[in-house]
Amino acid sequence: MTDQRSQAEIVRQSLKRRYRKERRFRAYGIMAIAIALGALIILFTDIIGKGYTGFVKTTITMDVQLDGGMMYLDDPTDERQIKMADFVEPLVQALIKEIPGATEEDRKQVRELINPYASVTLRDALKNNPEWLNTTRTLTFLTHTDVDVYVKHAGDGAYSIKLNEQQRAWVDDLLERNVVDTSFNNVFFSGGDSRDPSKAGIVGAIVGSLLTMFVTLILSFPIGVAAAIYLEEFAPQNRFTDFIEVNINNLAAVPSIIFGLLGLAVFINLFGMPRSVPVVGGLVLSLMTLPTIIISGRAAIKSVPPSIREAAEGIGASKMQVVLHHVLPLAMPGMLTGSIIGMAQALGETAPLLLIGMVAFIVDVPDGFFDSATVLPVQVFLWAGSPELAFIERASAAIMVLLTFLISMNALAIWMRKRLERRW
Amino acid sequence: MQPANLLLLTLVMAIVAYGLGYARSRSLAMPMGGIRHLKSLPFYYGARAALWSGIPALLVLACWMAFQGKVIQLIVIGGLPEGLIPPTDGEASLLLSKISNVASGALPSGFVEAPIAEAAERLKALRSQSQFLMSALVISVAVLAGFLGWLRIRPRLNARAQVEAILKWLFFSCAALAILTTVGIIFSVAFETFRFFEKVPFTDFIFGSHWSPQTALRADQVASQGAFGMIPLFTGTLLISAIAMIVAVPVGLLSAIYLSEYAGKKVRGVVKPLLEMLAGIPTVVYGFFAALTVAPFISDVAATLGIEASSQSALAAGAVMGIMIIPFVSSLSDDVINAVPQAMRDGSLALGATQSETMKKVIFPAALPGIMGGILLAVSRAIGETMIVVMAAGLAANLTANPLETVTTVTVQIVTLLTGDQEFDSAKTLAAFALGAMLFLSTLLLNVVALKIVRKYREQYD
Repeated sequence: MTDQRSQAEIVRQSLKRRYRKERRFRAYGIMAIAIALGALIILFTDIIGKGYTGFVKTTITMDVQLDGGMMYLDDPTDERQIKMADFVEPLVQALIKEIPGATEEDRKQVRELINPYASVTLRDALKNNPEWLNTTRTLTFLTHTDVDVYVKHAGDGAYSIKLNEQQRAWVDDLLERNVVDTSFNNVFFSGGDSRDPSKAGIVGAIVGSLLTMFVTLILSFPIGVAAAIYLEEFAPQNRFTDFIEVNINNLAAVPSIIFGLLGLAVFINLFGMPRSVPVVGGLVLSLMTLPTIIISGRAAIKSVPPSIREAAEGIGASKMQVVLHHVLPLAMPGMLTGSIIGMAQALGETAPLLLIGMVAFIVDVPDGFFDSATVLPVQVFLWAGSPELAFIERASAAIMVLLTFLISMNALAIWMRKRLERRW
Repeated sequence: MQPANLLLLTLVMAIVAYGLGYARSRSLAMPMGGIRHLKSLPFYYGARAALWSGIPALLVLACWMAFQGKVIQLIVIGGLPEGLIPPTDGEASLLLSKISNVASGALPSGFVEAPIAEAAERLKALRSQSQFLMSALVISVAVLAGFLGWLRIRPRLNARAQVEAILKWLFFSCAALAILTTVGIIFSVAFETFRFFEKVPFTDFIFGSHWSPQTALRADQVASQGAFGMIPLFTGTLLISAIAMIVAVPVGLLSAIYLSEYAGKKVRGVVKPLLEMLAGIPTVVYGFFAALTVAPFISDVAATLGIEASSQSALAAGAVMGIMIIPFVSSLSDDVINAVPQAMRDGSLALGATQSETMKKVIFPAALPGIMGGILLAVSRAIGETMIVVMAAGLAANLTANPLETVTTVTVQIVTLLTGDQEFDSAKTLAAFALGAMLFLSTLLLNVVALKIVRKYREQYD
């Protein structure tokens, strides 16, 4: 009697402890998910917090007296004259006039507020509008990066402000009167890289990425689909087929940098292709994404039910007709989804491109597959390595652009999977 | 003609060949009383003509593109006057880049010696000649082969069988490309690695505990001879990977368990895509995060605790890498846990075990081999990861196990040695390939073992 009681008692007594353990285990699981999601949130807020100011530019609007005598220019249509002319002086004079209390003695300090490229802007404006000579125009220019940093990050300890007391007072005053103003940074979306953070843009990198992705897509998608079809539908069960399969599975797990070594040794050194061009980048990335596309393509083909094949064969279709007319169209959505995910991976890839020389400093927007280019992630890498915090801000902004591309690609893939994939 | 335009033209010509083949088969069939007298449908005659025209032309185009660069380089170098021909490959590549800079106009020809300027002119001429020859050859091959294919169209010709055979071969060669890639990797890495071992003894590389790849540029320079001992690099790689796994394995595994055993459908539907998002973030973003946020944070925290931490600590790179690997571990473990048969779960629960007891004592042991396989795959991913360590880990090859110190990794050294100007035959650049070979071999080994374990595990429960 006592024995039985004690057994039930033991179980009952242990229950509390066991339930506690159960709750603890569950809490561990929730904690793990919280850590992972917390990391994701911290990552995103950090990047947005660092980078949203990258989408803002600081400009200065002033009445510029385009005096021919001051610029040593009497005919803006003359190429030679325009090359020799002084476009800095009118800007400095205009700004001195804008700042109450500034005199000719302060010209060096005043000049430091204007962007070094502002004179180029003025030159181009005058070249396009020769009739502006000897008139006074209200024009808008970029400020110097130091002013930009001061305006955006005056209270932020991380940024070192390079302006002196006098200049800060001026800028504060100009800001109050809206002479210096902030607006959406269209420069960032209209040009290539630059040594000057205010002037740096990501269009060059975006175009480079698009060209590279185009090469990757037209190579890896057809080849990947063809390989998947062969392996799933035609390959005989033998050692060679097994060997191909093992190869593909291993290639999917080979570190991406190894593909960079391959590109460097084969495409550049053996074939003598030029460095840092989108074609070579695309070739390397397509070798890298092929396994992903093949594996997802095979899964898509596998999911087409055998009844479809049997029905087609039953009415006399050849094996190739079965595959191309019936299986492939049904497997296509799955294949496209896999390819988009593979392309998204390739778009974010950096390491192999470093080895084939896509890290060069390139100002111009590339205009072809054989033109030196860089890509978006490499641009992020280049800017992130800069000691200037103004570039770090641009790197964050570029990351946001990159992530926008990637998230929309992945969203497209998910949408396609939901919309187009058939369940049998 | 530009290669891209030529490619387009080839495709257009193939389409034209299709149309002509289609028309010819019909016109051959009409006098006989309709297309039912053809062996195949007109579509196949057209497709056959298109393949005949397109495939040889594309092959010629690809081969020409692959080899023209090298051939032109050899001709330009060979055409230099006797005294200027560079004795080594390294000098040759420097000279070539100079010549091509002159040719592209980046370097005014007045700034260089006359023979170089002449070589640049020759380079320009050769390039345009090559492009012209390539266009002519590709177009004539396409036209000729297309014409031959078109000529051979007969009503008795089994065009469908031919087209299908060609397609099958095409599909096969696409699949075989995987082998070609592997072979390419092995050869490109192995070749340079052997050259490296001619300069640096194998044992020095494998067992050396000192890494400083700076070699003297000139003979009279007082510089270190360069030491190529890879042990500090491998310990650095292992240290960072170990930190990453310490972060990723518990978090990944526990979240997989929670999601597969406890979470409701709704939670799962929200949390899983979010976790997968971590895997979709490019590594350069993680590198940015590690270098500019986590590393300063760690060194600040260490400073307030009175410990000294490097601003490029192994901990920062490792922790962020761990975050990157979480979804990898969790999705692999999720698969494995779901593969454990429901009967085992039911049996355990029926005996009165709680869910966590079932998990810990029944499912986890059963899933362990599969989970180990997944972890091995994650380790290989961590070892080969590049951008995070390039941006957040240092360059100094310290032999240390202290996570707050700077270490460097194999991948960091490969990138550092191979970016920027390089001579191709110095021990420094070759060392990068030797490191690449080691990296390839170790990840390959891990992958093969891991895939074998996972596969075996799946078969056990299938």
